[in-house]
Amino acid sequence: MFVYADNAATTCVSKTALDAMLPFLTTGYGNPSSLYSFGQKAQEALQEARVTIARCLNAEPRDIYFTSGGSEADNQAIVSAARLGARKGKKHLISTKFEHHAVLHTLSRLEKEGFEVTLLDVHEDGVVRLEELEAAIREDTALVSVMFANNEIGTVQPIAEIGALCREKKIPFHCDAVQAAGHMPIDVKAMNIDLLAISGHKFHAPKGVGALYARKGIVLTNLIEGGAQERGKRAGTENVAGIAAMAAALQESCEHMEENTAKILPMRDRLFEELSKIPHSKINGSLEHHVPGTVNMCFEGIEGESMLLLLDDAGICASSGSACTSGSLDPSHVLLSLGIPHEVAHGSLRLSIGEYNTMEEIEHIVKTVPAVVNYLRGMSPVWDELEKGQRKHLI
Amino acid sequence: MALYSDKVMDHFRNPRNVGQIEDADGVGEVGNAKCGDIMRMYLKVDENQVITDVKFNTFGCGSAIATSSMATELIKGKTVQEALELSNKAVVEALDGLPAHKLHCSVLAEQAVRAAVKDYYDRNGIAYDPEDFKDMDEDELHEHVGH
Repeated sequence: MFVYADNAATTCVSKTALDAMLPFLTTGYGNPSSLYSFGQKAQEALQEARVTIARCLNAEPRDIYFTSGGSEADNQAIVSAARLGARKGKKHLISTKFEHHAVLHTLSRLEKEGFEVTLLDVHEDGVVRLEELEAAIREDTALVSVMFANNEIGTVQPIAEIGALCREKKIPFHCDAVQAAGHMPIDVKAMNIDLLAISGHKFHAPKGVGALYARKGIVLTNLIEGGAQERGKRAGTENVAGIAAMAAALQESCEHMEENTAKILPMRDRLFEELSKIPHSKINGSLEHHVPGTVNMCFEGIEGESMLLLLDDAGICASSGSACTSGSLDPSHVLLSLGIPHEVAHGSLRLSIGEYNTMEEIEHIVKTVPAVVNYLRGMSPVWDELEKGQRKHLI
Repeated sequence: MALYSDKVMDHFRNPRNVGQIEDADGVGEVGNAKCGDIMRMYLKVDENQVITDVKFNTFGCGSAIATSSMATELIKGKTVQEALELSNKAVVEALDGLPAHKLHCSVLAEQAVRAAVKDYYDRNGIAYDPEDFKDMDEDELHEHVGH
């Protein structure tokens, strides 16, 4: 049985998205910047997509900029806010310890340029505290950037409260909503979000397309120079097919959000219920504030990559925050930010499910994971020591 | 999976000599849980210093398990002196290669064998040059392979 349980990594392209994009790959391939009607039809498609996406986020169409994906949108949002702040002598940036690297690495680069960065703690439950954000805000704070939902553990942040605080303090607020768009309601006006990044392939559009929302008044800094596309803020011939697909996919996801959530939650709960029965396991992050489909757990005494390889042999696609899967020596910065010890974080497993999964697939997962954990524990010297009381259980 | 060779996957899926030896003549353990890999090697050695049995326990990624497995195969039936000559390169070659960022696993396998032989020497009062067994901790190991 093949089970795709890595929807936080990417999703399948929905039929709706595919149907929306195909005409622009086949018959309607004109360049939106061309004068003739064949090109202008593509231009119209872009405008329609902009309207659709704006409607899904309760934004104005003119404030939507198409990008190559979530990373580019995050980069542009942060660099733009930093440049705007620097012009007024404000060079302090606030974010959180468990942001995506698209945010953290952009902040590091700005730090090297002389900006000061404060990363907020996310505590054991993976949720930012409003009072800690308030305490971190300074006269020279140029940006607050907090993700809507974390990509590894799925915890949702108090975005509306953060937005209100930032608006009151007149600080631009950027939200990396890559994991939330299409899965949770987003209202940039009600939530006082100034900048917001989304990525098409996380909600059944193809890879390589995303969008940046930038509220009127937030002047964007170009990352890519060239033609006058995207109101001069993002050069390069538009990915018309991808953009059309993204708009169709987001609209479909938003229209079916309640229905999808109702389908996903029982499957997610079944995973938590069954996998929690594994001794010395731990659920990572608060379940109270959580996106519907993400399950992240640690199993003591084993290492994540070997778990993934064995799950792969059983047809299950999942991911882990172990060092060996990250290609570095440290396990995931997200798990470490929750205060999870290194040796426990190495044994993490993320299963992220969506509306395309079935309860039958979930049953296959809950049967397979305990067997894999037991098998690996059986050959683990760490588990041996834990069992013999020579090493202390940490979870 | 394209990440690993067929040989690595074979030794990962069907690891040889997994387990423990209750009355082992030498036991070596290297690595640490914080870094995500620990290997423990058990040796049974006869009066001619021939390794008659070897078992391992490993906490780690796919290549950690595969290199442990291959190392046990390469030293079984050899003398302890021959086992000491096992290089991480030999383990890697026998596995048809490892990705660059996984080479430290093969170093760990080499070190686990050496640690087990050292323990055998210590238990039996066999003299050796301590220089041959300079303890290498995890940090040095990783430095050793250029991390």
